[in-house]
Amino acid sequence: MSALTVYVEGIGVWSPQLADFDALRAALMGEVPTPPPPRPAATVLPAGERRRAPESVLLAVEVAAQAVAMSGREAAAMPCVFTSSHGDQAIMDYMCAVLASAPSELSPTRFHNSVHNAPAGYWTIATGCHAPSNAVCAQRASFGAGLLEAASLALADARPVLLVCSDTAGNGPLAEVTDSPAPFGCALVLSPQPGPSTLGRLVLHLCPGSIPDAPVASPVPAEWIARSPAAVALPLLALLAQGAGRCRLMAARSLAMDVRLEECA
Amino acid sequence: MLQPIAPLAISAYTATSALGRGREAHRRALEAARSGLRANDFSLAPLECWVGRVDGVEQAPLPAPLDSWECRNNRLAWLGLNQDGLVDAVRAARERYGATRVALLMGTSTASIGATEEAYRRLDPDGGFPDDMLRPPIHAPHSLAAFLAEALALEGPCLTISTACSSSAKVFASAERLIRLGVVDAALVGGVDTLCESVLFGFNALELVSRAPCRPFDRARSGISIGEAAGFALLERTDAAPRAPRLLGYGEASDAHHMSTPHPEGLGAELALRDALARAGLTPSQVDYINLHGTASLKNDEVEAALIARAFPPSTRASSTKGFTGHTLGAAGILEAVVTLLAIEHDLVPGNLGADDPDPGCGPQFAWSNEARPVQVALSNSFGFGGNNACLAFARGERSA
Repeated sequence: MSALTVYVEGIGVWSPQLADFDALRAALMGEVPTPPPPRPAATVLPAGERRRAPESVLLAVEVAAQAVAMSGREAAAMPCVFTSSHGDQAIMDYMCAVLASAPSELSPTRFHNSVHNAPAGYWTIATGCHAPSNAVCAQRASFGAGLLEAASLALADARPVLLVCSDTAGNGPLAEVTDSPAPFGCALVLSPQPGPSTLGRLVLHLCPGSIPDAPVASPVPAEWIARSPAAVALPLLALLAQGAGRCRLMAARSLAMDVRLEECA
Repeated sequence: MLQPIAPLAISAYTATSALGRGREAHRRALEAARSGLRANDFSLAPLECWVGRVDGVEQAPLPAPLDSWECRNNRLAWLGLNQDGLVDAVRAARERYGATRVALLMGTSTASIGATEEAYRRLDPDGGFPDDMLRPPIHAPHSLAAFLAEALALEGPCLTISTACSSSAKVFASAERLIRLGVVDAALVGGVDTLCESVLFGFNALELVSRAPCRPFDRARSGISIGEAAGFALLERTDAAPRAPRLLGYGEASDAHHMSTPHPEGLGAELALRDALARAGLTPSQVDYINLHGTASLKNDEVEAALIARAFPPSTRASSTKGFTGHTLGAAGILEAVVTLLAIEHDLVPGNLGADDPDPGCGPQFAWSNEARPVQVALSNSFGFGGNNACLAFARGERSA
């Protein structure tokens, strides 16, 4: 296939250690950044919603808002692709536990917050966004598959697209099978055209075959990536921190994606 | 602003639901106006409601090489895929284009969470999953698509879309983009959702489940009947199958209103509809039939009926087929796409089963009983929680001379 080329205009990051992209940049240079408060701020949400919203929503909305603010774009006009390998694991644990003991006591609010597109729903409601919104997953390839989906949407419809990738920490018995010990979220604003906010050009190329689980040479410590399925995005975020370079992501179980970041004049 | 897209051929398609296995079973049930709903007999302590349950899933284990994927949802996926020659059509596409040039895009709302629920009912004394349930891939929302990628030996882009009840409509849009951009040459799209405790008790907690069989657009409608289904469609460029029915367009939009109730004026639904018509290069008067979302929930039907009444001429026919199959949630988009394609193939407008006393808010477009009439162009609406809307546009393929 011919490569897909998109332009990065905004970046968001949140983990228990990293408040934003600047903190990631500092951490990669060996500094110890100040960790954020335990709950992502997610100030885009109205105060009441913010109090009630599940952690998965706060995390996704926080990184989405960071990326959109950096891009200088209007969230209301931008299609969005939210990706998460497991969705809200605390709610899944709650629901399965209640269903095993007292199913008729299931909370209606927790149920409607359990849908995989809950972060997309809260985000579009809070920002007044009527553009298409999507919620996707592909297990450990969720970030790469989401990047392919978001880039193809940006190019096919010739408009900027918000990509969000986040996973919460595993809870209860479910944690044993989800292998996601800590929350991690990141977001990118991708545009089909270069513009005044362009941070770099991404050239995506699909390569048949799977890639080894061990990350290729990257300044990101392997144990950071192992903390969350969403943290597989870290090698690409590290490239963005350094300005240029290449990395490989999984786009599917048997499909790798070569990602080249080029500086834009 | 939107330019029309090049249509795609739907070179193979199928569905399995409470109406039976495959297209012929669906055509027969639609023609006979026969509902597949039954009193809920799912689970140990069934809720008092009606469901659209697929017969025989319990007796249809996965073939041995695939048994690590065993769960109700993947069973139904495999059962559904083995109808109407879909497996052969996918194999032929894989040979023609190469395994990495065929995308696999599946919609589901709960995937195999039924298996996770079971694991929680049978936790080991130490509080962990029982050994036979320690299969991490089936406890993730991507279970369905990952299973199918292995079962069909596909190695192209593989994605699960999970936007609640619009999931398996939106897969058509993602597929069209990947084919148009030259990332792939074909895409297997579809969706599967199965009955599980999460959705039965979840929708019940939201007070959206009817005690009686659902009655979309009836004045006294009282909520949804939950169903299960599997459906698939193989999309290719039209030169590969000129006589096959076509995907003409699609529209996607967000309500930006509420997590579980639709926008009161149907704003997102109308945006998706306008988008689909623009991409398809159609005017409303060219639409012969619309398969409505029509869940039989009070508010959803009211908003959708008003949209149809203001956007289409009386000659356009519209109906919900949820009274036949129940609301199959993440599989509703593909199941109703298949029903819409059957309407085109057989010139059959299915009647809106279950509405004996039509809501006066419904316009003259509503087909309350079956109508035999030409269907060249048809739409299918799908709306989901989070205000997530999709509309698909289909048409008849080239007629042979």
